[in-house]
Amino acid sequence: MKVLVAMSGGVDSSVAAFLLHEEGHDTVGVTMRLWGGESDTGCCSVSDVDDARRVAQQIGIDHVVFNFSEDFSASVVEPYVGAHVRGETPNPCIECNRHLKFDRLVRRARELGFDAVATGHHARILGTPDGPRVARGADAAKDQSYVVHMIARDDLSYVRFPVGSMDKAAVRAIATRAGLRTASKPDSQDVCFIGSTVGRDGFLAKRMDLHPADVVDTSGGTVGGVDAVELVTVGQRRGLGLGGGDKRYVVDVDVPARRVTVGPEELLRTAVTRVSSLAWPHPGDAARVNGCEVLVQASAHGARHRALVRVNGDSATVEWNVPQRRVSPGQTVVFYDDDDMHVLGAGIVTPA
Amino acid sequence: MTREASTRREVYLDHAASTTMHPEALGAMQAVLASTHANPSGSHRKSREARRAVDEARDLVAELVGCMPGEVVFTSGGTESANAAVLGAVRRRGGVSVCPATEHHAVLHCVEHTGGVVLAVRDDGTVDPLTVDAALAANERVAVVSVMAVNNEVGSLNDLAGVSRAVRRRAPGAVLHTDAVQAVTWIDPSSLWPHVDVLSISAHKFGGPKGVGVMVVRDGTDLEPLVLGGGQERDRRSGTLNVAGIVATAAALAVTHRERAATLGRVAALRRRLVDGICSAVPVASQTVVNAVPGIAHLCLEGLESESLLFLLDEMGVCASAASACASGAMEPSHVLAAMGVPAARAGGALRLSLGHDTTDADIDAAVEAVTTVASRLLAGVSR
Repeated sequence: MKVLVAMSGGVDSSVAAFLLHEEGHDTVGVTMRLWGGESDTGCCSVSDVDDARRVAQQIGIDHVVFNFSEDFSASVVEPYVGAHVRGETPNPCIECNRHLKFDRLVRRARELGFDAVATGHHARILGTPDGPRVARGADAAKDQSYVVHMIARDDLSYVRFPVGSMDKAAVRAIATRAGLRTASKPDSQDVCFIGSTVGRDGFLAKRMDLHPADVVDTSGGTVGGVDAVELVTVGQRRGLGLGGGDKRYVVDVDVPARRVTVGPEELLRTAVTRVSSLAWPHPGDAARVNGCEVLVQASAHGARHRALVRVNGDSATVEWNVPQRRVSPGQTVVFYDDDDMHVLGAGIVTPA
Repeated sequence: MTREASTRREVYLDHAASTTMHPEALGAMQAVLASTHANPSGSHRKSREARRAVDEARDLVAELVGCMPGEVVFTSGGTESANAAVLGAVRRRGGVSVCPATEHHAVLHCVEHTGGVVLAVRDDGTVDPLTVDAALAANERVAVVSVMAVNNEVGSLNDLAGVSRAVRRRAPGAVLHTDAVQAVTWIDPSSLWPHVDVLSISAHKFGGPKGVGVMVVRDGTDLEPLVLGGGQERDRRSGTLNVAGIVATAAALAVTHRERAATLGRVAALRRRLVDGICSAVPVASQTVVNAVPGIAHLCLEGLESESLLFLLDEMGVCASAASACASGAMEPSHVLAAMGVPAARAGGALRLSLGHDTTDADIDAAVEAVTTVASRLLAGVSR
């Protein structure tokens, strides 16, 4: 089989490439150049490309670089900034997977005659009675099914996750045994296009107007202030100029009114979360999930909670069995089946 | 053609990026590497031996360029030569630098770095001497004007005589530099030299080794040196001389000079056949610039993507290029095509096939076949 493996320069994708080659596949490594900006810490820096290329040379496969920086800017970075302008908290890794890895790259690979695209994600694609589905990786602590939930049905049989069925220690052990230079490279943590020295706030401050806002309590009285209302997230409790006293959390961010509302933790809890921009891997999933209880995960490594999902066109309500902490608008919630294994669908939280 | 022949054969059509070494240059280089280890700047017999090799190479280069031996400065390559010319002129004289928007980044980035003036170009990528004239009239203190002889992406030729007249008339004190890196195989540098004050060439573009360049600096043209140290090259470029590389460069230039007329005619015919073959078989393909040096065939395959074209061509054994690659190896959108006003849909499908002194008929046959196959495959995918 002819496989194109996306190599970020990290250990997971290095081992993915190694395993595919070991299995005898005609493997080509590709590093996507996504960002031409100032970050040099992220997944698309020259030093990471160097690592990917050196690993490919070591394994004995060809390595190429595709420049998708224009697509990345248009589909990931600009929407990321735009969401913050509205006071939302987006997940750029999900958008990168949606638009770059599992769309642009998959289309490119098909065009070039590859039989499959592989990545180093800790997730699996498992057969179910109604066809293949994204499923949790074998290493629960590293599971990335949340960020790759959107893979379309036609692509589920095209995508491979060679390390999804092993735990991280096993991945590192293979890399060490094979002598891959990325064997002990730390996992990436931050948003790849934001340099660690600039940080999120510095990155956004260069690309959008930030506005100061009052911090008010639920009775409307001013209790503090922030420099940039656009950078405040629901659930946040620091940096609000509140001084001491009881623990208070951001329960609402109103960008147009330049107002941040804080309250006690119980006000953070909500019985219902509204979502839109629904993603269903299979066409029948909306009807299958509608009116059913599913397990819902609201952040990359968050706990899952049971909720009833009611679908209405491209939006849905998530009615929690037990009230849950509010999820910031812009964040993604992913629905899993009763086994907490297979992805059923997902949506993006809308402003209250 | 059989599948075997079309997939196994290696066809190198990226000579504008770097061409094959002339056997004579390679032999000269190996001989010097094996025998001449001394530093040519020393005072003993072994140094004199090395010095003599450099001196003879310098004389040969000077003869072929039509300059004085003292005007030949050896550098590490075209980029250093261009940097030394543009930055050296601005630092020594003050005033602005001026270049067309289609210059190689080795010049363009120096001009941008020094806050210089970047000129608009015609739709073939060349600069109108009248544009140069107007820019010089509008800027009081011009330190340096840099105009390439041949564009490295599309192959078009600038009117250096016209540019020179404009510079001499409007800014007689300015240094006129030409990046002649892509010219040497096709154009006698002695025909360019009378028009300019500084001329840059790079050995690996005409059959010499990588890492050696020549900057020809007209006597009396004062440039601030870029590299300081032991004062080699009459204080214009410090650093121990690359004896083997310099000898090989002179040898490559001599071969190039000797064979130029024959190579020119032969490669021009090959280029014509290559372009006609592809354009008649691939409906979306068109030649970007008609009047170009024989070595560069630049095509735009409208609606296709360069990266896909290059990947599939590589798979079929054809080594080609599109624009300049960045440090990571990714293809960058071409600043040359953008400056020429080529629409994005055409520029996105850019393909540069560059021919060299050893390109054969069989290379052209294989390339036409491969480009046709790849393009029709990609077009089928696009319409699907």
